Amino acid sequence: MANQNSSNNLLFRLHIDLPLLISLLTVIALGQVILYSASGEDITMMQRQAVRIGVAFIIMLVIAQISPDRMCRWSPILFIVGTIMLLAVLFAGTVSMGARRWLDLGLFRFQPSEMMKLAVPMMLAWFLSRGSIPPKNKHLLISVFILITPVLLIAKQPDLGTSLLVSSAGFFAIFMAGVSWRLIFGFLFSAVAFSIPMWLFLMHDYQRQRVLTMFNPESDPLGSGYHIIQSKIAIGSGGAFGKGWLNGTQSHLEFLPERHTDFIFSVFAEEFGFSGILILLGLYLFIIFRGIYITSQAQGTFSRLLGASIILTFAIYVFVNIGMVSGILPVVGVPLPLVSYGGTSIVTLMAGFGILMSIQTHRKLLAY
Amino acid sequence: MVSIKTAMADRLHLKDHFIEQRISHNRTIMAIFFTLVLFGILTSRLFYLQITSHEHFSTLSQNNRVSVQAIPPTRGLIYDRNGIILAENLPSYTLQIIPEQTKDIDLLLEELGFLITIRDIDIKKFNKEVRRKRRFEGIPLRFRLTDEEVATISVNLHRLPGVEIKAQLSRFYPYGKETSHVVGYVGRINEQELKRLPVTNYSGTNHTGKLGIEKSYEALLHGQVGYQKVETNVRGRVLRVLERKNPIPGNDLTLNLDINLQKIAIEAFEGKRGALVAISPENGQVLAMVSMPDYDANLFVNGIDSKTYNALNHSWQRPLFNRTILGNYPPGSTTKPFFALAGLELGVIQPNHQIFCPGYYQLKGKPHKYRDWKKWGHGKTNIEKSIVQSCDVFYYDLAVQLGIDRMHQFMTLFGFGQKSGVDILGERSGLMPSKQWKKKARKQVWFPGETVITGIGQGYVLVTPMQLALATATLANGGHLFQPQLVNAIQRKSDPIARHISPQLVHDIPIKNQQNWQQIYHAMTEVIHGSRGTARRLNKSGLRYKIAGKTGTAQVFSVAQDASYKASKVEERLRDHALFMSFAPVKHPRIAIAVVVENGGHGGSIAAPIAGKVIEAYLQQFTDKQLNAPRKTKQTPAKKNKPLKTPPKHTLSPESTAEINHNEGHYG
Repeated sequence: MANQNSSNNLLFRLHIDLPLLISLLTVIALGQVILYSASGEDITMMQRQAVRIGVAFIIMLVIAQISPDRMCRWSPILFIVGTIMLLAVLFAGTVSMGARRWLDLGLFRFQPSEMMKLAVPMMLAWFLSRGSIPPKNKHLLISVFILITPVLLIAKQPDLGTSLLVSSAGFFAIFMAGVSWRLIFGFLFSAVAFSIPMWLFLMHDYQRQRVLTMFNPESDPLGSGYHIIQSKIAIGSGGAFGKGWLNGTQSHLEFLPERHTDFIFSVFAEEFGFSGILILLGLYLFIIFRGIYITSQAQGTFSRLLGASIILTFAIYVFVNIGMVSGILPVVGVPLPLVSYGGTSIVTLMAGFGILMSIQTHRKLLAY
Repeated sequence: MVSIKTAMADRLHLKDHFIEQRISHNRTIMAIFFTLVLFGILTSRLFYLQITSHEHFSTLSQNNRVSVQAIPPTRGLIYDRNGIILAENLPSYTLQIIPEQTKDIDLLLEELGFLITIRDIDIKKFNKEVRRKRRFEGIPLRFRLTDEEVATISVNLHRLPGVEIKAQLSRFYPYGKETSHVVGYVGRINEQELKRLPVTNYSGTNHTGKLGIEKSYEALLHGQVGYQKVETNVRGRVLRVLERKNPIPGNDLTLNLDINLQKIAIEAFEGKRGALVAISPENGQVLAMVSMPDYDANLFVNGIDSKTYNALNHSWQRPLFNRTILGNYPPGSTTKPFFALAGLELGVIQPNHQIFCPGYYQLKGKPHKYRDWKKWGHGKTNIEKSIVQSCDVFYYDLAVQLGIDRMHQFMTLFGFGQKSGVDILGERSGLMPSKQWKKKARKQVWFPGETVITGIGQGYVLVTPMQLALATATLANGGHLFQPQLVNAIQRKSDPIARHISPQLVHDIPIKNQQNWQQIYHAMTEVIHGSRGTARRLNKSGLRYKIAGKTGTAQVFSVAQDASYKASKVEERLRDHALFMSFAPVKHPRIAIAVVVENGGHGGSIAAPIAGKVIEAYLQQFTDKQLNAPRKTKQTPAKKNKPLKTPPKHTLSPESTAEINHNEGHYG
């Protein structure tokens, strides 16, 4: 007991939350296992991803050392810099795969939208924590404006996935601040009411068609529907216990597209089956609940709002990716957090968990 | 005071704090609920996909990865009578590029250009194909890479992404020129053939026989298709074979043709146009079959370019035209021994029959003069002299005595006017006229004058070189009409022993008097060995055997009644055809030959030497004893054989096939 206490103490002084750390490491390890299979047993790909994970970990640890108070003070600057960079991307960004997302900074390429995943909830948490809780209507209006500006800039790139995640991050910050249900439902209702005339009168036929195929990809089996059809085959053919590691035919025979990035969950589902999926979802759920617990214990409005926003956005991340590859959500290009191959998403995610760890470990320890 | 103030502020703060705590508590529960709902949706969706609909998706996944591929059988080989290969399958390497796997095609093409020769036309064709191909499909850039080129590319393959070398078997004819009119060639299957050929058995096969043996024995040469169930990736690349049924390779064929004899015959033509057919009188085997000019059959295998094809097709020399079975020539004087025999056997003339030849012949009461080739006439002429010196008047007179219908009847026994039945498709039947024929075909009555000129093998009479050779063989062997056979044996790959095709006897000609035949043989021998024979130049000293034969000169251009024919004055294409029919040795005939040299002039000087060379070459293999042992005079050498089931003959209307074939051969 004493031993554990002392090690807990050490971790606490290093600003590390052990349950979060272990569950994150488990999911990442599982991710590496499935990446080995999804990449077609490509060692160099694994190495590259391992380096990214290492960098992300260091960033997480560094951020965990920063106290929430200091973060709060930096929030407006971070948000303004981020927004300016988004504007810069719009005018001077590098085009890749038909979208303008990158900013070439000479030394490295940088995706400002990724930074906004954290900067937007921070800004909102900063702004809302300065006023009363629940926020007054005037403050709410300003919050919505703070949120809408970067979301529109990102959607214009176009990057639907990220703008969705950024808006949900902002939404959760506002939600946790205590917006009345009347307002939430009122907003949803007016959104629907607004989209109906837009659908009927303002959109062109081809735009309507594009929206329809987005929601029902199977209507276009040779185009965007192809990915979803193959992905569903991969998941469904996995069955209860899966085809076994490295034995997924859909992925190894290359029927499955984007199988090491956005569609890596389908590979997992094909090879480990429903039982494997329950374990993975269980791990995700553990991380989320740990995050919610940390948030509930947080001291200060800024920490509470930011922590809740980060962890609920993580839940949305998981939901949108799995919902997308299993055919209940349109394909918007959201990776499976901590598992999909790719650098930027894992760095942002781990930075977020660094913030959660900071919130957890910078509490004033009244109990001791 | 101060404490109250701070206490109030604290209370206010505390109140806020309580509200906030309540909201926080409330919203945290909402967050947990929200998360559980999201994960509940995901779990139920995945349960539906993986447990409830597992069967359905499992089947789809199986169908995705397993595909059935046809394995084409290896085409049977073709050998000559001595086992020399005439048609074989060589591995051929094709360089392909999959554009999706390359970064910069132009750069790649340039780089390939440093390694192997790539012509501009290759790149042009390649670019044309790129525009209409399917995704992830290889596009051929170069066919028939040499071993050296394959090695060069293989070594550099790692830095040439998207480049692959595909190996396949390609038909090759080592004697492509010499055998083009016999063996024929294979070519890519066209749309018409696609409809006709059995679909399943030809899945995976790109080529089919277009002409010659390759076409008429297609069913035997092709073999039976095999299958393999394979696991493929999304590009259709085979990763693993799950199940396999091997194809049954096609049958090998051994021909009666002697390729060396064929080569000697071709050389003997010295570039002249014409045809030669050599048949064994003992069994109807076709020993040589030459149509000049020839062409290289290999040009057609992988698609001939239109320039080369047009040059071949429009040449006035008609190299694509198989003269041996398609060329209809007036037989001229080569019919004389047959008519003489007809006269004797039918009792129209006696063995000592003799006429006086003044150089022309007139029908009773008609002014028209039918000229002899010898202006001043042959004088007293008996049967022997009529053959040896080729007296026309003798046969004008004989024809009138025989009458056209008896001539027709008798000549038909030797195969004139009918298809010989040789085992390649598209043969023409020639023509041996009769009164009935003229009524039917021309809707006219027969004129007596037409009988007169039929007597010297002119007028309506037409023969193919194949028919003339067959008739010569039938005359030589004492009246056994065989069906000429190119294929000698059919060998299944699984069988150790080949199935031989026995001689196909059509009928035996009833013989009235053996002496009549001997008299004709004797006269024909004198054509070569007599001091005044029209082909006496063939009589060399030291010849181990005797040759019998008859020259012929067939008129292409009608000479006006009072003019005389002067070769030098007539344009080459209107000059007479030179013909020669012959067999040897006289005592025991082993080879019967017909030669036609188009616009060659005189048969004795132009056509006969070609036959002489072939006879000499062929008979070298026999001992003196074999050459001069008297032939067996058995009336029936073999039982009448049932017709073979195997060769799939005459499935098309044969008259038109030859021309169609040539058109089909074009894949420019």
